[in-house]
Amino acid sequence: MNIATPIKEHSKISVKDLNFYYGKFHALKGINLEIPEKKVTAFIGPSGCGKSTLLRVFNRMFELYPEQRAEGQIVLDGEDLLTSKKDVALLRAKVGMVFQKPTPFPMSIYDNIAFGVKLFENLNATDMEERVEWALRKAALWNEVKDKLNQSGSGLSGGQQQRLCIARGIAIKPEVLLLDEPCSALDPISTAKIEELITELKTDYTVVIVTHNMQQAARCSDYTAYMYLGDLMEFGSTEQMFFKPSRKETEDYITGRFG
Amino acid sequence: MPEKHLSTQFDSELSAVSTRVMELGGLVESQIRNAIYALSQFSAEVANQVTEAESRVNAMEVEIDRELSSIIGRRQPTARDLRLLIAISKTTANLERVGDEAEKIARMVRSIINSGAPRSLPSLELRVASDLASGLLRKALDAFARLDTAAAVAILKEDDLIDKEFDGFVRKLVTYMMEDPRMISPSLDLLFLAKAIERIGDHSKNIAEFIIYVVKGEDVRHTPMEQIESVVK
Repeated sequence: MNIATPIKEHSKISVKDLNFYYGKFHALKGINLEIPEKKVTAFIGPSGCGKSTLLRVFNRMFELYPEQRAEGQIVLDGEDLLTSKKDVALLRAKVGMVFQKPTPFPMSIYDNIAFGVKLFENLNATDMEERVEWALRKAALWNEVKDKLNQSGSGLSGGQQQRLCIARGIAIKPEVLLLDEPCSALDPISTAKIEELITELKTDYTVVIVTHNMQQAARCSDYTAYMYLGDLMEFGSTEQMFFKPSRKETEDYITGRFG
Repeated sequence: MPEKHLSTQFDSELSAVSTRVMELGGLVESQIRNAIYALSQFSAEVANQVTEAESRVNAMEVEIDRELSSIIGRRQPTARDLRLLIAISKTTANLERVGDEAEKIARMVRSIINSGAPRSLPSLELRVASDLASGLLRKALDAFARLDTAAAVAILKEDDLIDKEFDGFVRKLVTYMMEDPRMISPSLDLLFLAKAIERIGDHSKNIAEFIIYVVKGEDVRHTPMEQIESVVK
């Protein structure tokens, strides 16, 4: 069912013949996909189509659950993530993830950022302060929190908490940032700030975003993948997908004729 | 649009605005017919009716634009829906311009009548071109209603015939003016009038191009015919 990917960008992640199972349920069916480097790729599709599942395979989040398994290859910079013997924490340092609900750690704003950095790097106090400021600036949160870095992260608004999570994700300088419905719990202004941030992040990172909000995919992604019932139905430039998709199934979904 | 949206409200908005465009098309068609009738009979009365109805055409254009802005703002249409709405917007603008041409014909008819020498002008020579032009507009509107790309291609080809008729008419008119220089002033009115008929063909052709844009997602303006035919195939 896969449509050949017409993309000429340098690819950061190559998904090859990926199958995924939740126990006996076949959730991803032979996915082949090239995620372009330093671009924003959006996964869209109705609930249960496998878009979040696919995202979670990218940093082996599924391994937390014994009945879930993946077959095939996910090649990041020439290395197959699924068979890699590397510490999964190192993989997740390279492939960061932000979830639907903001999940700040129960600690200060400063420590929320510094915590992950300490796991991978040995920075002195000044360097750490610089890193925290850098991450918060990058996440467009610095001006709002610079005077209360010692206060708890959970005291922030939902939108600020989500930007804190993004700051935390980029503080360890990953190469890929996975965003699973990052705005679904946020108001329009916070959503706009995060979308703005996503556009800025792609100068340094490869961003993959799962979203139920098609207009969000249209606004902030360069490439869009449409998934349905575990199949990748169509993948192409966002402009093409929203103006003139190749498949009728994609068009029906994008124009709201689905079902 | 055969398949329905999940939102029936969206469907009814799209079909309401499509109906509006067809109403505007019908009104413009009757404007053209009346203008041509005024020309063939040199009827100042009918010409005046055309001028009076012009304000209705303008008001409908404004109303359709308002509906389109509302749909785009509230529904954020994509893909085929987006193309349809853009095409409706452009078609509406073209229809309004056809209305202007009808009004221009009516104005020229009055001017020729006032010149006092209408019967001696070669106005009958415009019969073929004006029939072609009004027929082409009718076909363009039919094809738009059915989103028929094959009909659209036929319209693009037919517009060339009107252009040829126009060129032929200009040559005849020049000869006529050389024979009787006193007729130059009313002949120039007739020339403007012929040009207005020729423009109706151009607008019909534009509408036909938007049909292909909606259905195929290809912008075929300024494109050679062979290429258009391969898009539609």
